[in-house]
Amino acid sequence: MAASDISRKSDTSIFNSLAVRGVVYQVLLALAVGFIGWYLYYNANANLERQGIATGFSFLNEAAGFGIGESIIPYDAAQSYGRALLVGILNTLHVAVVGIVLATILGVVMGIARVSSNWLISKLASAYVEVCRNIPVVLHVIFWASVIRNLPSPRQALSPFTGVFITNRGLTYPIPVANPVYPWMGLALLIGIVGAIILAKWAGRRRELTGQYLPTFWPGLGLILGLPLIVWLAGGAPLEWSVPALRGFNYRGGASMTPEFAALLVGITVYTGAYIAEIVRAGIQSVPHGQVEAARAIGLRPGLVMRLVVLPQALRVIVPPTTSQYLSLTKNSSLGVLIGYPDLVNVGNTTLNQTGQAVEAIAIMMVVYLSISLTISLIMNVYNRVVAIKER
Amino acid sequence: MAEMIAPTGDTAATAIERTAIAAETVGPPPTERIGALRWMRRNLFNSPFNSVLTLLALGLITYWGIGFFEWGILNAVWYTKDSNVCRQATGACWAVIVEKHRPMLFGLYPYEEHWRLVIALVVYLGTVSATLAPPFWKKQILVPMWIVSLAVMGTLMWGGIFGLTYVDASDWGGLPLTMVLFTGTLIFGFPIAILLALGRRSRLPAVKAISVTLIESMRGVPLITILFVAVNVFPLFLPEGMDINKMLRVVIGMAIFFACYQAEVIRGGLQAIPRGQYEAAEALGLSYWRMTYKIILPQALRICLPGIVNHIIAAFKNTSFVLIIGLFDILTATTSVMQDPLWRRYFVEAYLFVAAVYFIFCFALSKYSHQVERWLNEGRRF
Repeated sequence: MAASDISRKSDTSIFNSLAVRGVVYQVLLALAVGFIGWYLYYNANANLERQGIATGFSFLNEAAGFGIGESIIPYDAAQSYGRALLVGILNTLHVAVVGIVLATILGVVMGIARVSSNWLISKLASAYVEVCRNIPVVLHVIFWASVIRNLPSPRQALSPFTGVFITNRGLTYPIPVANPVYPWMGLALLIGIVGAIILAKWAGRRRELTGQYLPTFWPGLGLILGLPLIVWLAGGAPLEWSVPALRGFNYRGGASMTPEFAALLVGITVYTGAYIAEIVRAGIQSVPHGQVEAARAIGLRPGLVMRLVVLPQALRVIVPPTTSQYLSLTKNSSLGVLIGYPDLVNVGNTTLNQTGQAVEAIAIMMVVYLSISLTISLIMNVYNRVVAIKER
Repeated sequence: MAEMIAPTGDTAATAIERTAIAAETVGPPPTERIGALRWMRRNLFNSPFNSVLTLLALGLITYWGIGFFEWGILNAVWYTKDSNVCRQATGACWAVIVEKHRPMLFGLYPYEEHWRLVIALVVYLGTVSATLAPPFWKKQILVPMWIVSLAVMGTLMWGGIFGLTYVDASDWGGLPLTMVLFTGTLIFGFPIAILLALGRRSRLPAVKAISVTLIESMRGVPLITILFVAVNVFPLFLPEGMDINKMLRVVIGMAIFFACYQAEVIRGGLQAIPRGQYEAAEALGLSYWRMTYKIILPQALRICLPGIVNHIIAAFKNTSFVLIIGLFDILTATTSVMQDPLWRRYFVEAYLFVAAVYFIFCFALSKYSHQVERWLNEGRRF
């Protein structure tokens, strides 16, 4: 009697089925999201129509009418908003790439210093990490911007090294004068690197087959450094420096870094470097000490212990979180808008204020950052797969 | 050989005893193996490279230390109402903080009413400290406590009753505004974070797709663009005549941004829960929400508590981004105080002060996070 009651109940109510309920919930959710989306779209359309703002991206072809302080590609105010935004994107990439390189160097040095057996060095490194991590990156950036703005003028420039001048107009430093030999040296460097990689692979395979060890580090380094050097000597060893010199109110010659770029770069590098230092420390400490002892016990030299045993294992722990630090550095480069560095957000913001195309301008910023983020994480995922444990 | 006789970490007393015993048999141990000298030899001069590093670092520390001491203490001006006194001094001008601390800490809030903010901050810090202490980790205590203190703080900051003059939210500023933004981010952000984390692990494809899209797209863009959306774009999406307060829009924007990062941390905790826990809860006949609330979440949140605290610290630092959209938090207030032509050359002192405020808060929270980790690991030993 009771049993038939239960079975009848479950027959009548199809809502007791998990599958049916799942479908119902999802349909309801999709309807809700769809309705909210439609409602917002409808409101936005009505509002924009009332304010007389045309939607769409046709404004990208109009003349921008504002100048941009620094640009990698040629740009002037008569060119289009599209071009201006492209300048902004390139500036963002410029500061992000330089920042990533410098933050990695700073972070690795500080991370290794933190696990140093030298008490003083490890304490200094952890003071750096704690102080810089616990202060907002916004404050870092505006602090350095203020510092640079208050530096002496070009006439009383600080000069830590000969030819390098630090002023409130930025950093000026000597560079070699362009010479037709230099591109060939770059090609030689590339060939050297490829050659060194091939050499290392070949020696590794040979060792696995025959057990004979061939040194690859010094020959490889010789290839990488030697080939460009030979090209340089063959080209007559051209070395002419363009040294900056004071002309009027500013320096001429050499290369320079604008104060905005320098402030943003220092701010995001110092901040992100602290995070990378923590990641590197955790990575090194994650390798069990027994691994090092075992490697020593089978007779590896200290350098080889580091290269063959510790680093490959530490890298597995280091790479994924470092990727997200690279991403956050790239995103933090948007703080350029605060201090007048013409990055994407700054140019986009000017565009927004001039045209009133808020939705489109912000959508462009978001799509560009999303693409940059996805690209970096794609590249790092590939790298991660290379260093990950190979399970056979 | 001698290395093996003396264990590490011996105190001075036992070392002397051992010296007495050893003197009869093998002679006294080398002096550098006792106390400070031994410590220095082990930790500062254990290799030629390290010795050079130590000396270099010591040199730099002394050089900078003396420089900072002369600038910050010896030649500093501690108190003056006249910025010309600072101009003549060669050291720091801490007087700028003494002189300007009220607008820096409290922004545009009416000057005579600052005492209300002081009380509100004390109540706030008291509530936060209580929340961090394990004896208070009970729903019956936490929820009423926060409701009461939020009500007290709201009354103090808005006023308008009990004879307090009304202060509009647009006049709030400084440290209290930072706290409002921070607390608002957490209060709105946490429920969203948990829902997103559960959504991302859901069996229902539509729920999962929506969660993943939101999380990944928010994590891919800078906070600034979210704030721009909250300030410039969101009003366009509202029907005509409807308006949401700017501060609320910004808080909700920051909360969603915070939630997307926090959701990933919580997802990590959820993934660490063994399948058996789900199966056992289902076998008991618990519904999805009861299972999640009673069995899964308490364990998952416990596992990822250190990660959660890290993102809470990040949320506190992220409140400073409102400088870009012109809300008067402590950093914006300081930056605008530094526009004063008389005092603006002392920006280093002022920014050091603000940096110290952020540092104290964040550093304390991160130390607390380590402590929590230790508590959790203690539990795991049994």
